[in-house]
Formats: sequence, C-alpha cells, structure tokens
Amino acid sequence: MGFWQPRRAGILALAAVIAVLPAVLPNAFYYDVVILVGINAIVCVGLNLLIGYGGQISLGHAGFFGLGAYFSAVLTGTYDWPPLAALATGAVSVGVLSFIVARPILKLKGHYLAMGTLGMGIIISIALNQEVDITGGPDGMPVPAFAIAGWEPSSEQTWYWIVAALLMISVWLALNLIDSPVGRALRSVHGSEVAASVAGVDVTRYKILIFVVSAVMASFAGSLYAHYTGFITPDEASFFHSIEFVTMVVLGGMASTFGSLVGAAILTILPQLLTVLHDFEMLAFGAILMGTMIFMRKGLVPSLVDLAKRARP
Amino acid sequence: MTLLRVEDLHKTFGGVGAIQDLTFSINPGTIHSIIGPNGAGKTTLFNLITGLYEPTRGRIHFNDADITGQPPHVLARHGLSRTFQNLQIFLNMSAMDNVMVGYHLRCDGRFLPSLFRFPSVVRKDAEYRERAAALMAFVGLEDYVAADASAMPYGALKRLEIARALAVQPKMLLLDEPAAGLNPSETLAIDGLIQKVAGRGVTVVLVEHDMRLVWAVSDHILVLDHGRKLAEGTGPEVRSNPDVVAAYLGEGGRDR
Ligand SMILES: Nc1ncnc2c1ncn2[C@@H]1O[C@H](COP(=O)(O)OP(=O)(O)OP(=O)(O)O)[C@@H](O)[C@H]1O
Ligand SMILES: [Mg+2]
Repeated sequence: MGFWQPRRAGILALAAVIAVLPAVLPNAFYYDVVILVGINAIVCVGLNLLIGYGGQISLGHAGFFGLGAYFSAVLTGTYDWPPLAALATGAVSVGVLSFIVARPILKLKGHYLAMGTLGMGIIISIALNQEVDITGGPDGMPVPAFAIAGWEPSSEQTWYWIVAALLMISVWLALNLIDSPVGRALRSVHGSEVAASVAGVDVTRYKILIFVVSAVMASFAGSLYAHYTGFITPDEASFFHSIEFVTMVVLGGMASTFGSLVGAAILTILPQLLTVLHDFEMLAFGAILMGTMIFMRKGLVPSLVDLAKRARP
Repeated sequence: MTLLRVEDLHKTFGGVGAIQDLTFSINPGTIHSIIGPNGAGKTTLFNLITGLYEPTRGRIHFNDADITGQPPHVLARHGLSRTFQNLQIFLNMSAMDNVMVGYHLRCDGRFLPSLFRFPSVVRKDAEYRERAAALMAFVGLEDYVAADASAMPYGALKRLEIARALAVQPKMLLLDEPAAGLNPSETLAIDGLIQKVAGRGVTVVLVEHDMRLVWAVSDHILVLDHGRKLAEGTGPEVRSNPDVVAAYLGEGGRDR
C-alpha cells in the first residue's frame, strides 16, 4: 500500500498550502497572482494527462482555453445567459469540437502531431480575431461578473476559495484517473502503442478520450479566467499562450500532477516578479524550456523526487 | 480440431512478398515452432496473425472465427497474445503496472468509474494486483514486484513481456525470439518457462533462432524461407528434410 502514500500526502500538502496562503498573502495583488496560478494549474493538470501520461503533444490548447473564455464572455455578455450555463455550454462545445478533431489529428505522431495541434490553435485564434461582430476582434471584450442565483464573488478572497476548491477537485480527479485502468491504458499508449494494443487497449479510443478531457479542462479554466479578469482578448488563444502552458507542464515535470502545479506557479509568478523582463517574456520562456530539456529532462518535481530517493534509499 | 488456420496468406511490402502462399494450421495444446533464416517472414507472420498488419490476401481463422483484418485489441479479446522480438516494454511504468496492462480487458476501462474511483474499480484493481504478483512469480520475477521497468535488466524484461502477455489470459501465445540476447543458462530457464506455460494449457507458437531450444520444446515445426512454407512436421521429420538441410541448416544453423 506504499503506493497510496505519495498520492494522499500530495493532496494533503496541497490542501495545507491552500489553507495557509491567505494568512501570508499581504494584499489583493498577491491574491490576484495566486488565483491566476490556480487557473493555469487547472489547465496544466489536464494538459499533463495528455502530454505527460498519454505521451501526446498539443501546441494548441490555448485555443480551447480561449474558446471557453469567449463562450462565457459572449453568452453572458451578449445574450445574458447565466454564467454557469454559459460555462457548461462552452465546455460541452469544446468537448464536441475536440472530439471531432481528435480522430484525424491524433493519427499523427511526434512532430506531425505538434504541427497539427499548432495549426488547430492558430485557426481558433484567427477565428476569434476575425469574428469582430461576435468577439470584438483583437481589441477584446468585457465579461460580466460571475453570478450564481444573484450571488457574486466580489472580493479576491472569494475568488481565491473558488479557484482553490476547483483546483483541488481537478487534482483529485486527475490522480484518480492516473491510478486506474484508464490511467494505465494511457501510460501504456505512451510506452508502446503496439504493446498496448496487443494487450487489448484500444489505443485510438484512449488518445481521443484524454484529448477531449484535457480540452474540456482548458475550456473550463478559460471560462473562469474570463469572469475573474472581466476582460479578454484573442491573446488568450494565441500560440504563445499554448507554449506557456506546455512550458509549465514540462518545467514542473511530465507525468507529475503536482509538478504541473509547481510549473504553473513558477511561470505565472516569475513574469510578475520580473516586470523589467516584460519585453523578454517570450525569450525567458524559451530559455526555461531549453534549460529544462538540457539539464533536467524529467522536470522539477520528478527530478527532486529522484534526488530525495537517492538521498535516503 | 484446429485453433489457428492460415489460408493462402500473402503480405507484400512495396511489391516484395514477405509472406507468400502460406497455408498451415496449429492444433491446440501444442508447442509449435516457426523457424527460418533472417528475413524469412517470421515476424511478419506474427504481425499478421496478431492484427498489426493487414494481409494483402488470404484469411486467418482463430478458434472457429474469421479474424482477418481485425485490430490487435480486438484479437486480444479472442485470446491471442504475443511478445516482441525487439522488446516493447512500457518503460514509463512499474513492472507490476506492465503486467496490469495485460489485465486491461478484465479491469473496468470505462471513464467515469475510473475518474470517480468507484469502489468496484479499486477492489478489482487490488484483486488483479495480487494476480499480477503471482504471475510475476510464475515467470521468475518475484524479486521485481516493486521495481520500475526502466530499472530492470534485459533478461528480466524478456520475462516481463511474457508475464504481461500471459495476463491477457490467451488461448494462444506467440513468442518472437524469447531467448534472443540471453546467455545459455538464461536460455535454459526460458526453455523451462515455455514448457510451464504450455503445461497451463496455453498453445505456444515459438519463433526462435536457438535451435537447441527449438528441438527441445517443439511438438511441431514450420519452416519458412523467403515467405513460403519450406517444410512442416515434427522435429525429426523437419531435421531430415533435404530442403531444410540445404536451405537453412546447411547455412550455419547447425552450429548454433
Ligand atoms: N514494415 C515493413 N516494411 C517493409 N518491409 C518489411 C516490413 N516488415 C518486414 N519487412 C520485410 O519483410 C521480410 C521479412 O521480414 P521479417 O522481419 O518478417 O523476417 P524474420 O523472419 O522475422 O527475420 P529475423 O529472423 O531477422 O527476425 C524482410 O525482407 C523485411 O525486410
Ligand atoms: Mg523477426
């Protein structure tokens, strides 16, 4: 049963961090950063299921994030839908869209899959830029506040607890999935597609499944982001944003759910701390990605775990 | 009664026939060897039988069902399983989880039960983990029950593939060069393991270059050459077949 310990310890550690943070966060600016960390972390937990566990790459997940954001913005802003209904409609629509593109796109492997998903993300981004009548185009659009039956999360603190709870749920579900027949099937597809299929794993089915799951999680996070920030632009769906998500996953550690949290935290906080670097943000991400690949291919958390294991065998 | 029947099978790659005019059948409960020089088409035949390749022509029947053109994961359900000439281990997983993937069809692979960790899923996983440990002991891997696959030596990985293939609970197990790369004592142990597997009622189809192993374990031998059947029969029949001696054993097969 030693197997269960890291899982439970991880969730408890996350809960502890979430519980302690409000005591040490000095003001709204810090809350803001932490909330963005949480939203990005939800995307990364999903994306890591696809990349780290399933072994498939996507350079277009910001497209799904952006779609979720715009579904919420347009349906609540232009059509006065309740936010929850808009969020759910966005998630279902992105689910259907990702399901449709998954079959042809996931036939591709390696570089080709990277290019295919990149193309998909670019198409979404272009569509959001071009459909000025619906999206407001490159200037972006405002998003009404999140409200459930008249109640609105008005303060940063309330948003903090909402995002924290949703992140906990995402992590719990992801950990469930990983340590389950579905998770094993996914990892086996990563390890060897032929061996997986000979063992009875329907490789295509599991690839599509995890692509859709990760897309829906991105859409969901995009909706939250839209309501939280109150204003969105097509940059949310940009290629660079997709690269940011992938960099978070890779830096934190592929096939490490808690690594995704660490990756999201570092790469969300870093640009805020180093505002001087603003013009070089892309450069910094590129350098971090390269540095991780060269010096620490497994990513931060798995490398640290290895170190700890070696220190006391 | 036959378990596997291959009829007039052809497979061409860019006009070159890797398998041609091949017809044979395999009875249940035997250890059936397929031998032939490098490039004879043995692995191609395995890939055709297990659905990794689609035949250019011909039919494959397994257990009275026409399985031609079915994908591998469907054939696993029919009771076909195999190992690979070039190891295909899930190196990103623990040894135990490699075997657990073999139990995939017995576990609940649906999304929602896994996502919400239904007690039934957890219970079944625990049950199959015990079985996986027993299976690992059966193939001689009891020391690796808690190991990561990536930390295991080559010889152990060969056995791990066999354990994973057995977890599929196959009627027929195809072994593609299980002794390749092993030292003589490891080969001897694999010999014993193959007989133990056959003793469990699994029909074994063996592709192997180690002739001593082939002669020792085979009830029946099929000789391939350039994708065609050269000879077929019991060990002594095949050994005394002049075509076989000329085409295969004459070219260095004898000294192996
Ligand atoms: N996917 C493929 N594409 C093209 N040619 C192939 C393919 N697979 C096999 N071949 C060709 O088919 C022929 C038979 O190859 P195969 O691997 O089946 O031989 P084998 O009997 O298993 O040989 P060995 O003893 O070396 O393993 C060879 O000429 C090989 O080059
Ligand atoms: Mg071969």
